[in-house]
Amino acid sequence: MLIIRSLKSFYGRLCALKGISLHIRKGEIVGLIGANGAGKTTLLNSIMGLLSSKKGEILFFEENITKYSPRQIIKLGISLVPEGRQLFAPLTVMDNLILGAYHRYQKDGKAKIRADLEVIFGRFPILRERKKQPAGTLSGGEQRMLAIGRALMAKPRLLLMDEPSTGLAPVIGREVFHIISELREQGTTILLVEQNAKAALKIVDRAYVMETGRIVAQGNPNDLINNQEVKRAYLGKEYKKIWE
Amino acid sequence: MGKKNLLSLLILSIVVMILPLIINNPYYLSILIFVGIYSLITIGLSLLMGYAGQISLGQAAFFGLGAYTSGILTTKFALSPWIALIIAIFVTAGVAFLIGIPALKLKGHYLAMATLAFGQIIFIIFNQEITYTGGPSGFGQIPYFKLGKFMLDSDFRYYYFVWIIVLITLTLSLNLIHSRVGRALRSIHGGEITANIMGVNTARYKIDVFVLSAVYASIAGSLYAHFVTFLSPGTFGFSFSIALLTMVAVGGMASVWGAIMGTALLTILPEFLRIFHDYDILIYGSTLLFIMILLPEGFFIGLFNLIRKGNLPQSHLLKKLLETRR
Repeated sequence: MLIIRSLKSFYGRLCALKGISLHIRKGEIVGLIGANGAGKTTLLNSIMGLLSSKKGEILFFEENITKYSPRQIIKLGISLVPEGRQLFAPLTVMDNLILGAYHRYQKDGKAKIRADLEVIFGRFPILRERKKQPAGTLSGGEQRMLAIGRALMAKPRLLLMDEPSTGLAPVIGREVFHIISELREQGTTILLVEQNAKAALKIVDRAYVMETGRIVAQGNPNDLINNQEVKRAYLGKEYKKIWE
Repeated sequence: MGKKNLLSLLILSIVVMILPLIINNPYYLSILIFVGIYSLITIGLSLLMGYAGQISLGQAAFFGLGAYTSGILTTKFALSPWIALIIAIFVTAGVAFLIGIPALKLKGHYLAMATLAFGQIIFIIFNQEITYTGGPSGFGQIPYFKLGKFMLDSDFRYYYFVWIIVLITLTLSLNLIHSRVGRALRSIHGGEITANIMGVNTARYKIDVFVLSAVYASIAGSLYAHFVTFLSPGTFGFSFSIALLTMVAVGGMASVWGAIMGTALLTILPEFLRIFHDYDILIYGSTLLFIMILLPEGFFIGLFNLIRKGNLPQSHLLKKLLETRR
């Protein structure tokens, strides 16, 4: 459903993505792993249309969305769970969720939004308890749940997740991964960006490994876990060997 | 809109309607008219600053544009005040739109500087365009509004006229805040990029709310012109922009109710302080200082929270002050 062909993205004159090509099929979880500064978040921002200076092609259901604005892209059904805690902190949990459905609020009407809210509250009961609370007062894990819930309110066909487990206690992190696999079972297609390669590789169908703006390896998770290239891209193992 | 807001609106309407029957002093009544006129501006400013998170130091200029357009059209071109009011709205909205496109790409201090510069330019134009504006000495003999056969020339009548407009504006604004658009505005305040990811057209909403606040100020300007019937540039300078900003901040930035309360407080307080003669400015200044230290969320919002929760809201400034004393 999503095809990216030799995508180059720029921050001013700096070339952050140096020709990325990848594809995502319907119903898949595709992992995108790599160390800090590899360009993972840049890639997500490019898909979302937040970065406008880019070359190459991004096709979503055969539609060229490379030059689209974030608004148009979210309307087509791509939704992003941003990195960290990028919620609307002073707004209530409820307002955050309804804002997630912003682009379809007029088209679908209040009743439908209410029904979808119930679905989200069913999945994340803690959010129901705290729906009147400002989002900034939630714990880290709850905030991440809210960010996911907010993205789901947009009814995305493709969900982009930027490091959903980073900065959480391991238990909560595992819960997040559990939710991700549940979402897949319900038919959501997901592009998962993660630093925690081991955990990510357990739940994805396929994965790409990025390093300094390029894709250096791809394949199914079992192969990648033992792949020398992955270990090198991540840990710099080869240096360690030289040292030893 | 919510039950609380409806109830507050009802209470305010009753108070507003009864007040002139209690107050017989025409001077006090005229002060209350000014409270109404300034409230229109601060409601708009509160939408812009408290909800959308964009600052404007040029609001007095929009107020002035409304007043001068109304004044010039009725005196030099003999138009009816009603038509002048409407033309003034379009002129001000047009100017705000043109200024807004480049200015709202800026953030924080830079936006403040841009709007400040705009305010100064308008102020200079009022001073220099002597043929139309009368220059620094201004011009007078602006006609009153006429409602059918009713001439709105007495304070008593004008009071009701102004406050009905304020109540209508307030109702519309409350409706706006609690709609999808209002949520979008607050999301811009929360984080512009995140709002973008939600599909909110942040650039357009920022301009829309900027133009809306300018329109409110323009209406206030026309009401001012046809009440005072005399205009000079001094009223519309930088210091008035700051005064408006203070009203909104003292009342409580994130609430249109706070904006009205702040406006009332800061317009009426100086009148009470007259009894202190030369010391009035000193007391006025220290009152503001204490409000901002003790109730940083704004006087009325802070007071409300104080009554409800029974403790002072967290004031970083207060904490710092106490620490240094230890």
